[in-house]
Amino acid sequence: MKAAVLKKPSAFYDKFERKGGAHQETTHYCPGCGHGNLHKLIAEALTDFNVADRTILISPVGCSVFAYYYLNVGNVQAAHGRAPAVATGLKRANPNSIVISYQGDGDLAAIGTAEILHAANRGENISVFFVNNAIYGMTGSQMAPTTLVGQKTTTTPYGRKVSNEGFPIRMAEIISTLEAPVYVERTALIDFKSISRTKRAVRKVLQNQIENRGFSFLEILSPCPTGWKLSAPDAQQWIRDYMLPVFPTEVFKDTTKDAETLQYSHREYTDGEVLDVLGLSELGERKEVTKEFLDNFPVQNMKIAGFGGQGVLSAGVVIAACGMNENLDVTWIPSYGPEMRGGTANCSVIISNKRIGSPLTTKPNVLIAMNGPSLDAFEDDVVPNGLVIINSSIVERRVKRKDVVTLYIPLTEIASNLGLTAAANMVCLGAYLEFTGIMDYKLLFDVIPKTIKRKNMIETNIKAVEAGVQYVRENAGKN
Amino acid sequence: MPDDVIEIAQDVPSLEVVSHLCKGCALCITHCPQRCISFTEKFNELGYKYAAYDGAGCTGCGVCFYVCPEPGAIIVYKKVRER
Repeated sequence: MKAAVLKKPSAFYDKFERKGGAHQETTHYCPGCGHGNLHKLIAEALTDFNVADRTILISPVGCSVFAYYYLNVGNVQAAHGRAPAVATGLKRANPNSIVISYQGDGDLAAIGTAEILHAANRGENISVFFVNNAIYGMTGSQMAPTTLVGQKTTTTPYGRKVSNEGFPIRMAEIISTLEAPVYVERTALIDFKSISRTKRAVRKVLQNQIENRGFSFLEILSPCPTGWKLSAPDAQQWIRDYMLPVFPTEVFKDTTKDAETLQYSHREYTDGEVLDVLGLSELGERKEVTKEFLDNFPVQNMKIAGFGGQGVLSAGVVIAACGMNENLDVTWIPSYGPEMRGGTANCSVIISNKRIGSPLTTKPNVLIAMNGPSLDAFEDDVVPNGLVIINSSIVERRVKRKDVVTLYIPLTEIASNLGLTAAANMVCLGAYLEFTGIMDYKLLFDVIPKTIKRKNMIETNIKAVEAGVQYVRENAGKN
Repeated sequence: MPDDVIEIAQDVPSLEVVSHLCKGCALCITHCPQRCISFTEKFNELGYKYAAYDGAGCTGCGVCFYVCPEPGAIIVYKKVRER
């Protein structure tokens, strides 16, 4: 006779080689576990829709962490609860991919509540399969947010009490109240009828994504015979008796037909547009620089530190802008306390002739210490032969290190003599460029008018730069 | 689903439990409408008493395939009606 064959769908690997060990044709799941049924339904749908090659399955933390052993699709394993956030990134970066977030109830309803709610609320065009077995299965059946009232678990040995642990959370119902999701259903894996319904729902949820209709969510009540200490058939009966009254299986939301098909567009932004948006396009003109200058530029890993209000962060912005105008790569990243004035602040600035990886300076070769605590905090981090510039008006001690170059300048005093104590930072930058010669200090004259917000202070700040330059010239070799 | 259609020697629908993949959960036995799957007395290499087709009674309905959580443990041969 002619026979139609029902067998393992081809979206599964033939052999589960990633699993290792002796038995590479069976899953690691316990006998009677619902994950296997759901894997089968997903694999079958991916095979039938012919989309396995462009599918990315995100496995969660939980028993299904190893979903990538089985399904022959792209795989990413996300941190606990974060699958919807990872899915968001994957889908947006590659809208043609079919992104599946596969999660359990500990993962989705507890640890990743924020991620799932916001991904759903944004209407990300992804498919979410939420496997609900009312416990944390993998770790030994602890209470989950979905645990039933009265249910005994490892962490509720006398049964879940409302007064102590609250009520079970119904995720499908919660998500269906949001505007953006187009399809929300709950099904179960307890007999052929419910499994057939789950099969249809799995297809619906995937089809929605293939047609770019938006966020679809399927909650699946799934037996955990091991966690519940029941046989596989009894576990299915347990769902029928105890879970269904609390977690009804129905379609909670279906606006698929009304949903507008999402249109994906991609736009490249020019450097100019990016600078405009960041308010950096006004920072002066980019200079033509020689190849020799770029090739020989000594990378500056700077840490500028002091009291809040000493202009530590703006000094960083100004010097970074100078580097940018010299066609160098620059980064600036601030670090400060919650207070605007009087706390401590520092910034990392990197000026480099190569692309910069991390913007954080942990081993500076230039330390600018505007006050004593800054010297205490960062002196030991400076690399050998690095430069330490000390505001000797305020810092009372000398640098302890013998293997660094030091430059003591009474920055605050010089600035104060000009009538603007807050310009100590610009005195410092003038001195720094004059002392090192890495860039022309006159670059500052171009940048300062565009970065200083109080325009009546521009002149004083420029005088401060000149005073810093002057100080270095007069005191060269004295430090 | 577009099932693979093949020509087989026998003339009735049937099913096969791949003995070394069966974990003995009993779901196929419980849900088979024809009650034509039973446990064997033997243990497989996984250490489970595995299920097996009784050899007669299968209608090719596919229930056992879908209730079985193991991806490859059950294969069903449905009869395709000639048109």
